[in-house]
Amino acid sequence: MGSYVLRRVLQMIPVFFGTTLLIFVMVYTLPGDPVTALFGEKAADPAVVASIKHKYFLDQPLWKQYLHYMGNLFQGDFGTSFTGRPVSDIMAGAFPVTIRLALLAFVFEMILGLALGMLSGLRRGSVQDTLVLVLTLMVISIPVFVLAYIAQTVFATNLGWVTPTVQDSYDLSQLVLPAVVLGSLSLAYVARLTRTSIGENLRADYMRTAVAKGLPRRTIVLRHLLRNSLIPVITFLGTDLGALMGGAIVTEGIFNVQGIGNVLYRAINTKEGPTVVGIVTVLVIIYLVASLLVDLLYAVLDPRIRYA
Amino acid sequence: MPDLTKTAEETPAQAPVAAAAKPEKARSLGSDAWHDLRRKPIFVISALLILLLIVIAVAPGLFTSVDPRAGDLREHFHTPPNYSHFFEGDWFGYDGQGRSIYARVIYGARASVVVGICVTVGTTILGGIFGMLAGYFGGWIDTIISRVTDIFFGIPLLLGSLVILNAFTSRTIWSVVFALITLGWTQMTRVMRGSVITVKQADFVTAAKALGAGTGRIMFKHILPNAIAPVIVVATISLGGYIALEATLSFLGIGLQDPTISWGIDINSAQKLIRTAPFALFFPAGMLSITVLAFIMLGDAVRDALDPKLR
Repeated sequence: MGSYVLRRVLQMIPVFFGTTLLIFVMVYTLPGDPVTALFGEKAADPAVVASIKHKYFLDQPLWKQYLHYMGNLFQGDFGTSFTGRPVSDIMAGAFPVTIRLALLAFVFEMILGLALGMLSGLRRGSVQDTLVLVLTLMVISIPVFVLAYIAQTVFATNLGWVTPTVQDSYDLSQLVLPAVVLGSLSLAYVARLTRTSIGENLRADYMRTAVAKGLPRRTIVLRHLLRNSLIPVITFLGTDLGALMGGAIVTEGIFNVQGIGNVLYRAINTKEGPTVVGIVTVLVIIYLVASLLVDLLYAVLDPRIRYA
Repeated sequence: MPDLTKTAEETPAQAPVAAAAKPEKARSLGSDAWHDLRRKPIFVISALLILLLIVIAVAPGLFTSVDPRAGDLREHFHTPPNYSHFFEGDWFGYDGQGRSIYARVIYGARASVVVGICVTVGTTILGGIFGMLAGYFGGWIDTIISRVTDIFFGIPLLLGSLVILNAFTSRTIWSVVFALITLGWTQMTRVMRGSVITVKQADFVTAAKALGAGTGRIMFKHILPNAIAPVIVVATISLGGYIALEATLSFLGIGLQDPTISWGIDINSAQKLIRTAPFALFFPAGMLSITVLAFIMLGDAVRDALDPKLR
């Protein structure tokens, strides 16, 4: 197990550098000059432009810029945005909001998704099964921004339960509606995955044994069936936490949540290289750590899997 | 990957059972699947829907004679729909620039269908080639391809395409297709690689080798037909996803641009007046959802037909 963890961590290193380099190249080879753009309509003074470019290392070749950036990164310095604010400062303001939003969405999709999946998986072909299948299919096929508008119209405009957009992004209760919208697609996947997994395991030999032993139904479902059926679901949920944070752009935009997605969208549009690279780097780290944890969880949940 | 070894053990064991159950006529997996599919109402409905969409995309003029770009602000600013005027300009009402929403919904199908199909074909070919090379040769080729796949896989699809599309000053359907293929091929590579590794161990591959078949022949005549099923399934399901993604990008204002008609752009421009003219948002959003739904239902049906485990 120990050597497996070590090997996985070592494998993560080239992926980390590769992905950050890729995003670095993509961001910094964009046409258009962000420094000249800072001057707006006015003609830029070449000397000032040169000094700003020198300050941000923009006059160096790309590989030197990347090495310089990485060197700073390992000292905890994410660089400074072109407006002069440290990128770590920007992220410190936005990340807590997105983490809360993603966690809320995660809890929502996990609890409701598992419940719906069990509801339909345990009684295949029943009315509730068909209902869950149709509902999840609808949620999967309606794009998230349409779903957001439907939720906004129904819950804010018609019912008046919440304000249409979030007034205070640090207020957890205001984040509930955006979180529900954000988590709805994954919720549908979790429900369908649980249903399929339960359906496969229901036919397993150990289930017949458990029934033949005369165990109470509760014990069979909770201790035998569920524990075995949850393995693929947990894999999905693990990788999804990172995806929720990266996928929050649309939801945060529509509900005016001042999280990472909003900041990132603005930064991409204004060609704020340091901010984009910084945020994406953190997202990549989250994704890598999450997929490592999922692999380790696998071994804990399923004793058949042994990592040498 | 624990599940890969599992399928490797199960597939050869199950194949003879399936063959023995139907002694009357030996059918290939493809024709067997087709036989199953034709009887499924879900498949028939979604296939007809997609066929209709393709006809709309190819010849939108068949469905409306109204110019989708002609706007008359004075006459038609946000005129509500007239539901009894089937197939006419005012059927779905007019949008904020006095353009017929019905005509725009019809003409918008082309962008979605073209992006969806091109991206799926592109990622399938690219991912298929890489996956085949990695799975068949193994060794350092596999190591390199797998690591590069990991690197691209780490970049979220939506974020990455936002960054790439920002580099284009004027964006067409093809720039969106380019961005999505650049970032989307990784999943296909993984699926193809796993599938090829499973098939490679089968006896008929060893037999072909023993008979002196060359590498190319083994790859294309023996492995490819047997390894392609999971790829087709993932491709069909992801087609709907790519259509939704194109609409999302266009909605964010970073996908397609105005002379091109896209449901995403129309939804974006309709959102500002969602309370006074909800119909301007409802119809493009509805068409988009139906389109995505059709492809996802098709994918589900194809998966059920092609997956031997579910038999």
